Amino acid sequence: MLKLTNVCKTFSPGTVNEKKALEEVSLRLEPGEWATLVGSNGAGKSTLLGAVAGTFYPDRGSVVLGDEDITFWPEHRRSREMGRLFQNPLGGTAPHMTIEENLALAYLRAGRGRGAWFSRIGRADRDFFRRRLAMLDMGLEDRLTQPVGLLSGGQRQALTLLMATMVPPKLLLLDEHTAALDPAAAEKILALTRQVVTENRITTLMVTHNMKQALELGSRTLMMDGGRIVLDIRGEERRKMTVGGLLDQFRARAGRDLDNDRMLLS
Amino acid sequence: MPSILSLAALRTALEVGFVYSLVALALFISFSVLNIADLSTDGCYTLGFAVGATVTLAGHPFLALPAAMAAGAASGLVTALLQTRLGVESILAGIIVNTGLYTVNLAVMGWSSNLSLYGSPSLFALAKGLSTAGWWAKWHELILLAVILLAACLLVISFLGTRLGLSIRATGDNADMVRASSINPAFTITAGLCLSGSLTGLGGCLIGLLNKSSDINLGSGMVTVALASLIIGESIMGRRSMAGRVAGVVLGACLYRMIVAVAISTSLVPTEGFKLVSAVIVAAAAASPQGRRLIALHRQKRAAKGKGGAAPC
Repeated sequence: MLKLTNVCKTFSPGTVNEKKALEEVSLRLEPGEWATLVGSNGAGKSTLLGAVAGTFYPDRGSVVLGDEDITFWPEHRRSREMGRLFQNPLGGTAPHMTIEENLALAYLRAGRGRGAWFSRIGRADRDFFRRRLAMLDMGLEDRLTQPVGLLSGGQRQALTLLMATMVPPKLLLLDEHTAALDPAAAEKILALTRQVVTENRITTLMVTHNMKQALELGSRTLMMDGGRIVLDIRGEERRKMTVGGLLDQFRARAGRDLDNDRMLLS
Repeated sequence: MPSILSLAALRTALEVGFVYSLVALALFISFSVLNIADLSTDGCYTLGFAVGATVTLAGHPFLALPAAMAAGAASGLVTALLQTRLGVESILAGIIVNTGLYTVNLAVMGWSSNLSLYGSPSLFALAKGLSTAGWWAKWHELILLAVILLAACLLVISFLGTRLGLSIRATGDNADMVRASSINPAFTITAGLCLSGSLTGLGGCLIGLLNKSSDINLGSGMVTVALASLIIGESIMGRRSMAGRVAGVVLGACLYRMIVAVAISTSLVPTEGFKLVSAVIVAAAAASPQGRRLIALHRQKRAAKGKGGAAPC
């Protein structure tokens, strides 16, 4: 579904701040595959996601989604095929617009035909939104006309998840999307993510700082260091892997201990 | 006690207030909704007049309004393209367009610095001919303006509820989110500024037709006037539904014009002081939230001292 070939990205080349963020990264995600991505600080995890999402264009290499080369597609064009969740729970919704207006915007992805620009939220849409919101089990279905700014971080992230997957995307990018939430809310969002992703069999790439999560969620674990993917495990090998084993692997491959100031080892 | 404002003065104030409402509505879209400070208003307003008056003089009174709106939209398009395609800072883009429009306006007016519509059949003259009743002769302008303003308001409210309208609102609210939900911010900014420009152009055209003559400096200071209306409206109505906010804009514009009319008719300030009065009103309206906060803080401090900090909350 997603294929990165020899993707390179250097920020501020030729200056003292030169930073090789991605070096010859190649990665292939099969349809329906859910890969988790861990790594030390500055390993290039978010940069990798940015290369896929189109936040910047790579210096070399190609990004292919489905059977289309999207390497130089602008961000908004890729967003038709991709859902994205940011670490900041406020990043994915418009605070001064109501819940139903936010959902209607996300729904735009479905109606690409002519005239869709001038369509309005109808009764059928509203019923649909209400049903989907009820799935979150947060009582949001009764608050359709309230501004999103009134919701808590957890509720907003849940809404963002709903918006990103309302029309199932070809690819879902999760960038530590539970990191800024309190434990209970994070747990809830994680359960929702698991439900939505498995039900719709969405190909997913998820950055996390939680090593346990990285091994439990999805079907494949990737580890990055210094702009490269240093470990890629799945299947039997992954099932047997422990957090300690993961750290040992990192030490063996990167030649030092894994350091991530937000890393959760349990 | 003599009335502060005669009926005729009230009528004129309302007429101008309705025109200002259109321009304030334009700034509502660019400034409040899109969160862009578009300073091309002055030039765009004059452009609306220049195009509307020229088309009227050419013998097409009904074409004047759509032509002025199209010209305004074109001006908005240029401002938008400068920002979105060429990466010019939004404030600078507005100022550049505003400056350039001065020459464009002169050209549209046939390189003359003023145009007079006396004796030519303008839209208002045609409307006046509909009835011979005495009240109609006095009120037809206000009624026609009210109908146009109402139509514009309904159009804007309904437009902002469509998916394109929602996308435009989201662009001003959270640009990151817009990119991640497949909307092209360059497109929504362009659409929004075109709509905003067409409303400004419409306002300029109507004031020209109403006054039957005007000059190249018609628009000078309009951006302040429109901002004043917008801020007054928003401080009265607060952040409510779209319809409420649009109504607030109209209310603000009419109220602003009333304040100016009263200030001038009571000879508190000479007519020449009009611009300074405008500026003071804008500054006062814009500063009012901060003023309220300071007063509240002052009260809070005094209350805290009075209770010695020991009273239960």
